[in-house]
Amino acid sequence: MVNQNLYNYILGIGDNSLILGQRLGELCGHGPSLETDIAGTNISLDLIGQTRSYYQYAAKLSEKEITEDDIAFLRSEREYRNTLLVEQPNTHFGFVIARQYLFDVFHLLLLQELQHSKDDTLAAIAKKGIKEVSYHKRFSGDWIKRLGDGTEESNEKMQEAIDGLWRYTDELFEMTDADKEMVTEGIGVDLSKLKETYYQEVTELLTEATLQVPERKYFNYGGKKGVHTEHMGYLLADLQYMQRTYPNMQW
Amino acid sequence: MTIELHPNIDAHLLETLESVSDPEIPVLSVLDLGVIRKAVEDNGTVKIKLTPTYSGCPAMDVIGDDLTKAFAAIGKDTEVELVLSPAWTTDWISEAGKRKMEEYGIAAPLEESADKEALLGNKKLVKCTLCGSTNTHLVSQFGSTACKALFKCDDCLEPFDYFKCLK
Repeated sequence: MVNQNLYNYILGIGDNSLILGQRLGELCGHGPSLETDIAGTNISLDLIGQTRSYYQYAAKLSEKEITEDDIAFLRSEREYRNTLLVEQPNTHFGFVIARQYLFDVFHLLLLQELQHSKDDTLAAIAKKGIKEVSYHKRFSGDWIKRLGDGTEESNEKMQEAIDGLWRYTDELFEMTDADKEMVTEGIGVDLSKLKETYYQEVTELLTEATLQVPERKYFNYGGKKGVHTEHMGYLLADLQYMQRTYPNMQW
Repeated sequence: MTIELHPNIDAHLLETLESVSDPEIPVLSVLDLGVIRKAVEDNGTVKIKLTPTYSGCPAMDVIGDDLTKAFAAIGKDTEVELVLSPAWTTDWISEAGKRKMEEYGIAAPLEESADKEALLGNKKLVKCTLCGSTNTHLVSQFGSTACKALFKCDDCLEPFDYFKCLK
């Protein structure tokens, strides 16, 4: 008997990495400078690598004969459990950096807890990921400061990105049924406990970057339940194109 | 150093393992790189535990295939298993490996705190692989592969890769 909650839980975490990895992959060859282009694709590679570990584990747990590729490429939009934040488009570089930073802070807090999971595989993936994600956060945090505390125009654009993406931050801490069940079993992370540290850390950095912390009472949710923003379909059309057009094709 | 950090490798397999190298840094064998955590022959099958340097390192699939090919050439079957725990660290790169890396043009990882200072641009510590000067600066936190950062020497003006410390 498969632990369906564990399966869903793993996908919930892995989907965030896959979708953000795909978004960053879209920037390959389109970054504003060579260094940021390489950084975006390097971070993408780390995230997709982590995704593979999560999906391989999920495929092993599944009763069906599936592989990591089936999980990545052959689900419908409603079956992806990533948060709305990571699927937001690469509007301008400020958005790319803000999306990255707002996710990196959460991601590192999550993995730091997940490394103590009772589930050995999840703990190992988390431990490995911590080293990588710390480096991602250093990169995105540095750019927030550089652009926020840069020119009038860069400050304005950075602020626009933070204001635009802020509405998706609360969903990071939303507890689904799978989350709750996994916390009870000592496998999952209680996301609600990360929230205070998250906003504190983000607030400190934004303040240092001379940016305003948005005051917002209403937030958008849905991704973790499979209800995505209008951008997700386009992203998946790109991501799944080869497998949908040439089923079972291999490189 | 605890016991588990030392790879468990059968002595008669060393020669073949030594012949397989990292496709991105061909001067480094998989043993130099410290990614072979276990290699034992069991009933004619070589069982290998391989650990990735970075989660997404594309070299891992290639290394797995190369290992299988190398042992097939001497008539042995291979089972390669990817293990994540304990996570790889740059401490596992052998001293010989670090030397070969430097000769190849990639600055070897500094120890953790020095690495941090260098990558944050606080101190000039990374040595140019061409002229040996430490008058160098960070060009990009990310380099040609996930494990490297890009530096430039301010004396001889050569750009070069620096293998980041990972702990």
